[in-house]
Amino acid sequence: MPSRLHNFLKRRKKTLAQTEAIDDGTMRTADGMPLKLALERALFRSRLRAVLLVLPLFAFLVITFVLPIFDMLFRSVEDQVIAEILPRTVVEIEAWDETSGVLPGEAVFEAIVKDMAEGKENKTLGKVARRLNYEISGMASLFRKSGRKAGKIEAPYKEQLLKIDKRWNNLELWKLIKREKGYFTASYFLAAADMEYKPDGGIGMRPENRQIYQHLFVRTLWLSGLITLLCLVLAYPVSYLLATLPLRSGNLLMILVLLPFWTSLLVRTTSWIALLQSQGVINSILVGIGIIDDDSRLQLIHNQFGTIVAMTHILLPFMILPLYSVMKTIPPSYMRAARSLGATPFTAFVRIYMPNTVAGAGAGGILVFILAIGYYITPALVGGRTGTLISNFIASFISGSTQNWGLAAALGMMLLAIVLVFYFLYDKIVGIDNMKLG
Amino acid sequence: MKRLLTTTSLAIVAAFAMSAGAQAVDLTMVSWGGAYTASQQKAYHDPYMAANPDVKIINDDSSAEALAKLRAQVEAGNVTWDLVDMVASDAITACEEGLIEEFDPDVLLAPAPDGTPASKDFFPGSLTPGGTNCYIPQIVYSTTFGYRTDMVGSTAPSTIADVFDLKKYPGKRALEKKPIGNLEWALIADGVPGTKVYEVLATADGVDRAFAKLETIKDSVVWWTKGAQPPQLLADGEVVMASAYNGRLFSAIAEKNQPIGMLWDWQVFDLDGWVIPKGTKNLAAVKKYLMFATDTQRLADQAKFISYGPARQSSAPLVGKHADLGIDMKPHMPTDPNNAKTTLNFDYVWWADNRAEMDERFNAWLAK
Amino acid sequence: MSSLQPYAGKLERTWFYTYRTICAAIFVFLIAPIFVIFPLSFNELPYFTFTPEMLSLDPAGYSTKWYAEFFTEQSWRDAVANSFFIAIFATLMSTTVGTVAALGLSSPAMPFRSAVMAILISPMIVPLIISAAGMFFFYSRIGLASTHLGVILAHAALGTPFVVITVTATLVGFDHSLTRAAASLGSNPTRTFFKVIVPLILPGVISGALFAFITSFDEVVVVLFVGSVEQRTIPWKMFSGIREEIRPTILAVATLLVLISMLLLTMLELLRRRNERLRGLSPG
Repeated sequence: MPSRLHNFLKRRKKTLAQTEAIDDGTMRTADGMPLKLALERALFRSRLRAVLLVLPLFAFLVITFVLPIFDMLFRSVEDQVIAEILPRTVVEIEAWDETSGVLPGEAVFEAIVKDMAEGKENKTLGKVARRLNYEISGMASLFRKSGRKAGKIEAPYKEQLLKIDKRWNNLELWKLIKREKGYFTASYFLAAADMEYKPDGGIGMRPENRQIYQHLFVRTLWLSGLITLLCLVLAYPVSYLLATLPLRSGNLLMILVLLPFWTSLLVRTTSWIALLQSQGVINSILVGIGIIDDDSRLQLIHNQFGTIVAMTHILLPFMILPLYSVMKTIPPSYMRAARSLGATPFTAFVRIYMPNTVAGAGAGGILVFILAIGYYITPALVGGRTGTLISNFIASFISGSTQNWGLAAALGMMLLAIVLVFYFLYDKIVGIDNMKLG
Repeated sequence: MKRLLTTTSLAIVAAFAMSAGAQAVDLTMVSWGGAYTASQQKAYHDPYMAANPDVKIINDDSSAEALAKLRAQVEAGNVTWDLVDMVASDAITACEEGLIEEFDPDVLLAPAPDGTPASKDFFPGSLTPGGTNCYIPQIVYSTTFGYRTDMVGSTAPSTIADVFDLKKYPGKRALEKKPIGNLEWALIADGVPGTKVYEVLATADGVDRAFAKLETIKDSVVWWTKGAQPPQLLADGEVVMASAYNGRLFSAIAEKNQPIGMLWDWQVFDLDGWVIPKGTKNLAAVKKYLMFATDTQRLADQAKFISYGPARQSSAPLVGKHADLGIDMKPHMPTDPNNAKTTLNFDYVWWADNRAEMDERFNAWLAK
Repeated sequence: MSSLQPYAGKLERTWFYTYRTICAAIFVFLIAPIFVIFPLSFNELPYFTFTPEMLSLDPAGYSTKWYAEFFTEQSWRDAVANSFFIAIFATLMSTTVGTVAALGLSSPAMPFRSAVMAILISPMIVPLIISAAGMFFFYSRIGLASTHLGVILAHAALGTPFVVITVTATLVGFDHSLTRAAASLGSNPTRTFFKVIVPLILPGVISGALFAFITSFDEVVVVLFVGSVEQRTIPWKMFSGIREEIRPTILAVATLLVLISMLLLTMLELLRRRNERLRGLSPG
């Protein structure tokens, strides 16, 4: 302590001396530094400190979370298969005029024969075949068959190749190769929007019996909206009760909301399967008390109904909690004032109470909606044919039997874009800082 | 804070240590799960581990996603699987994309007891589906139908047309959630002769006709994705009829005594077998295992636990009775003459060409 | 509406009881599905419904064999070990970086605060299937797929938003003059941190950690894509179990998981009360 005191006195003496020495009218700190500069420095230091504290998490998330999403974004537009595996062909085909209506010349055919022979040798030809087969059916067998013989083909290449398989005559195939020879492609995003390149080079809708994703996005948005609405309708009376009950009983009832909130998603989905399936609890009860016949059990699961019920149950706490926290802040005197001014209880509630809860309903609504449009597990288990959402298709394109990573990535990016729009809205309306848990 | 950081880094080290594994060889084998993996466990894995205590075999039930995950592993150069069970069509694709090892069957696989080399002993063509050299078939299986004997009334369904006949057999059906098989059956039920199915499918009208026939039962279908589901759906009484792998139906009927009957009409034959991922870290151990697990006796042993036909000709005479139940397995084999009166020869080439387009149409049709 | 006034009219009375009934029904909807699995998990038969024996309370209709199966089967035991191993380390990671970041975010000097916050919260908002797919591709590239470390990192990333939110919430009412007071009393920053800041934010840190733990412990989508059989967790086993053979073992596991949730909820509630008490004592 004595040394500290000593230091302090020494500094004080020094600054006094300085103040006397420089007196140009600027405000100065005790150290004699201009106040503005000192404040700036202090601000800079605390800024630096704050940034340094946030930096580890930021870096961590960039590596573990943000980069993976960019990787996926990249996959939705990147496609180097044709450029890599048919390198000679993509050079030679440059000179071909795809609007001419005639097949490419001998040079292009020579190039593709050599590329196929090499691809066969390196075991890479299968990838090109798969890539081209996404757009034109039959390319898989064409490349398999021709690839096997490519090593033995001699000039004239065009004639020989056409002899092996007349599908090489198809102008669309050559147009496809020319179009997709670059490192980037739009075809996955087109497919995700139910569109395709038309023979004339323009872009148009796919044949009706192959259109699916627009329909699925609409279904996903519609079901999410419906689930959000159901959550709001169910959450409102309950939140109001919780907010107006005395603290003690309110807290007790709150446990009934928090327990589902803390219970595993899979547990809750499992419960709904046990309840809803045709040999399940609800059907058995209905049969037991004679409401329905044993042969006409209700189909409550593996359809939209199952998805709606289970997801409403799972997401309901996300609506109750923000509504409750807003209702908690509305003073009961508002309603009493309205009543004393002659309003009926109904008018008072609708005109005075409800407008005050809009913020909570908005916060809960957007949150539930955002969570619902990305749901995967519950629809996968209870959704059946009509109750599955876009996420389920993304998953099946990544690891299911109909694998198409580019399309999965494109669909994922479109879903992400929708979510981000609502996230942005949430930030504008509610503010991310105001997000509360539990 | 420092202490927390130390703990975290220790955790990372521990995690690495855990994933690196111990000294003994862990072989990760990917298969189909359920009754099928159980039969492999009893016929191959258990006796092999008993004879080689340093080897531990871990079952991974992801054959349904095997092709996709294998692509990711090979693309990243980080292969964690050692042996993968695949159907022949997936193996053709994997081999052509260079995802799996090529081999000479007479070097890798044991000859038959009478000295016949493996290449002559396995069913003709089964080692080289689609002209590839990557496949080690274990079994011949079929996709066929099972029905609830107590839910179909007095006359049991006997033809594929009965599956599509909602008047005669009301109730739900379970079908696999992909076009393969279903389109063919729909056409046969619509009157197309079984031998002409792919000719008809090759035309746009034929595809429309198949979808139109499926449309007639669309609202009564529960779609399954995993082989274990259809016997479960039948056992629970959720459906009246279900397409399923014949061995799964066998274990529900014979081992679990479920009231299920077999409908063998126009069963679809296919092969199931092993492939070796390119880049496995335990290639030598895998080869040693394969030499043991694919010999004549072992393949015949699997048929003691599940009703699939062994892929070696020399194994067929050794197929005997079920290991626990003591019943004769031969009448339950899909290849038994009584069961194989009408069989559909699956056209790999047609499906390889049209899979992408048919899947799209099928999904679009399902979603509406 | 919390209680009926003695002067309420007939209409008001009817409405009051109707309203209470509606609320009761909604609470039943919320809670009944969770408790229905308790008795079902003791079913003697492998069905997902009440058998006549169970309804007549015949002891023969009940059995603990599904619990026995859960506790004895090796693959379930591996799943339990994996679940705890992954969740504990993911929690440690996300709590550490999340708490430090929350301290920075709560400083008024933090530049671009709301933009940074939006990014830090995004793992909670981005649909899991997208995170999982991105991680599947990216972690495969860098050799983290099919490793415990990969799953731990992924789960830690998913858990951090919860830590950031709960810790910043406790710091909202934080009086920054306390740190200055400590400094003026001669405390160095480290000492101030552990003696002044930590006790105040501890409830937030712990509840954030509990959220992070349950996030990892319940998570299934990411582990399905990033992990492989060696990282098989309890939710993974449940998910594949439901998709394949539905056995009441899953109901037994579900019952145990509900008990764990109850435990966590109790801890959180005690923490909240302690926090309220502490805050009640502090001036302002």
